Amino acid sequence: MLSFLSKTLKTFRHGIHPGDYKDLTRDLDIARLPFSDELTIPLSQHLGAPSRCLVKVGDKVNRGQIIAEPAGFVSIGQHAPVTGTVKAIEMKHHPSGKMVESVIITKDPFSPQTFYNEHAMEWENLSPDELISLIQHGGFVGLGGAAFPTHVKLKTPEGKNARFLIVNGVECEPYLTSDHRVMLEQSADIFLGIRILLKILGAEKFYIGIENNKPDAIALLTKNIPSDMNGEVVALQTKYPQGAEKMLIEAVLKREVPSGKLPIDVEVVVQNSGTIAGIGMMFRFGQPLIERVVTITGPGINNPANLLIPIGTPLTDVLDYCGGLKENTRQVLFGGPMMGAPQSDLDVPILKGTSGILCLTDEEVTIKEEFPCIRCLRCVDACPVYLNPSRLGALAKTRDYEGMLEYHVMDCVECGSCSYVCPSNIPLVQRFRVSKALLREKQAKAVKKSA
Amino acid sequence: MSLNKTLNINTSPHIVKGIRTDEIMRNVVWALIPVAAFSVYAFGISALFVIITAVVSSVLTEHLLCRFADKESTISDWSATITGLLFGLTLPPNFPLWMVFSGGVIAIALGKYIFGGLGYNVFNPALVGRAVLQAAFPVAITTWYPAFSADRFTTISSSTFTFPFAQPVYDIVSGATPLSAFKFERISASTMDLAMGLTNGSSGETSAFLILLGGLYLIYRKMMDWHIPVAMLGSVFLLSGLLHLIDAEHYASPLFMLFSGGLMLGAIFMATDMVASPITPLGASVYGAVIGILVVVIRTWGGLPEGVMYAILLGNALSPHIDSLIRPRVYGTARKGGQA
Repeated sequence: MLSFLSKTLKTFRHGIHPGDYKDLTRDLDIARLPFSDELTIPLSQHLGAPSRCLVKVGDKVNRGQIIAEPAGFVSIGQHAPVTGTVKAIEMKHHPSGKMVESVIITKDPFSPQTFYNEHAMEWENLSPDELISLIQHGGFVGLGGAAFPTHVKLKTPEGKNARFLIVNGVECEPYLTSDHRVMLEQSADIFLGIRILLKILGAEKFYIGIENNKPDAIALLTKNIPSDMNGEVVALQTKYPQGAEKMLIEAVLKREVPSGKLPIDVEVVVQNSGTIAGIGMMFRFGQPLIERVVTITGPGINNPANLLIPIGTPLTDVLDYCGGLKENTRQVLFGGPMMGAPQSDLDVPILKGTSGILCLTDEEVTIKEEFPCIRCLRCVDACPVYLNPSRLGALAKTRDYEGMLEYHVMDCVECGSCSYVCPSNIPLVQRFRVSKALLREKQAKAVKKSA
Repeated sequence: MSLNKTLNINTSPHIVKGIRTDEIMRNVVWALIPVAAFSVYAFGISALFVIITAVVSSVLTEHLLCRFADKESTISDWSATITGLLFGLTLPPNFPLWMVFSGGVIAIALGKYIFGGLGYNVFNPALVGRAVLQAAFPVAITTWYPAFSADRFTTISSSTFTFPFAQPVYDIVSGATPLSAFKFERISASTMDLAMGLTNGSSGETSAFLILLGGLYLIYRKMMDWHIPVAMLGSVFLLSGLLHLIDAEHYASPLFMLFSGGLMLGAIFMATDMVASPITPLGASVYGAVIGILVVVIRTWGGLPEGVMYAILLGNALSPHIDSLIRPRVYGTARKGGQA
């Protein structure tokens, strides 16, 4: 009976069903991580231009105070996550593997660490552009992992129309539960955030997309929708990668974003539920994005948890707080197992885009023997954008990048479903990423030449 | 917290489903075992010798070729075992063993290894082996041993141990297979006998029931593309049914067509060779239908009583072209004649 019901739930075509492993942290309340002695805030933790630093070494900063301003439209503000002193501004290890200019703040041990400027923000009387600017200076990025500046998607281009707001509460990555907990514990902030975004966009209706492995969140948000708001919670079949914008739009509205276009081209804006809760909080009492909820989980960590962590907290402090890594831990990821970024060095800070820290052990991390492609169809059946990964993989192997272009490699969303299902353990998406980067480089060069 | 070891670095995804190619291949072997067992039951130890020789020669050839090429042996992926089993099942049970052995060598060497091994073969290797034997030994490959003879478990057919390059001597030779009986004498066998495998023919041309069972198992485990057998059997049924309606005297009934000869084994286990068949569901359906039509055409108007082998080989040759013509519509691109 139940399986019959789940079949009638909305979803997108294709995709995969990895085990969700969310039981480790699903029912754990969000706990606050104590402030670390020293925090590292990279000036670039989002897509776009790095923020422009406003402080100098030796400056005293208050918790929530702006320390870097947006350097252009596709850029955001950064804030001090603790009250303390700027110790240094220097190049530091970044979870992406690069060295990035970062502001290092030492905590003032005598400060109570209360938020310095608590006040409700009047938003009803502000114009959409003023609200967008507030969100930009509030430092908001997509908290789902991609860290794309939130306000950029809120600025509807000339001639386009945003009719629908989709709140992304899908959290389709296995293991992660941070969005789930935020939806359960901060539903009032989410609805306040939605109100503000609807005003900015001028949208007529909102949808909250949640997979049916979070029935408590579906029930709670459905019950709590304010009666004056036009929106609904859409229960979705649990499937990866439903949290990808294009897939979520297809699942909720049965609309396809044309190749090379954006959600706004089908009158939709998608924002992550955690981001929206953060925006709600900012307008409720003035706090910009200085902390976020992170799921620390996996078989390799002693005490899995959902923690509210100040941005810039050292990873090592987080792991220590969770009882440390187990003896046989082999891999530490920022993000989930399907798209997360592995860390070679634990001396990195938590970023705005860090949705989870996943610790995998020798048991999960094994070198898989590669077989030839037997054209078994599994990748074709899994690909959410209906590519032929088998063919693309063969073309990548012979470095026929032009051929890959013809097979639409640029439409690949890099979700990794093909590599996940491949019985021959061929690194398909891994090869596509490299091929796409090479093709982009080639195109950039061609543009430069013709210019 | 400090770590005194190297953490693993690789790009995502960091988990895999866990079904492996060798596991798929092993399951195909399991699905084939009841078929092989029944053919030993029906034809006796001669059939057992043929099947074992076919498997041994295929696996041995693959192993030695890998060794000669200074590569790690690939026999552990089980694909050579499948080729051997399938190849053995296409042969008459009293086929001389030295011919079986050379056919196995040809199947792997010319059908598979020369193209680059597993994943690169253009044709189903087992059928390549059989096609060469059909051309080389046209008499031996159409001389049938009777099914269910009383002494099948105690005596071996005199032709089995024919000395290489000598003329095989046959002590007992059965009548025609149901297909040749129909083709040349217009005698139609009972459908029930055909389905249960109580007729003469190649080792694996017998129990359609067990073959279907193996196929259903593989489809259930999602290890076989069901579009191919469905399209192939469907097109045979429809086309021969149409012909039978026009002239029942001349054209065999669709049920007879479905259950006779190598059609079941071909449709379920040979045309579905994943490497040599199209990858999209639509492409696979087209491919299956083309093979089905060819089977009826060869059986009805060709010089041979049976046409499954050539039909599948022709289908294999078409497969890459079908794949380049029929591609999945990419998300966000226009449907044919419409908007995205």
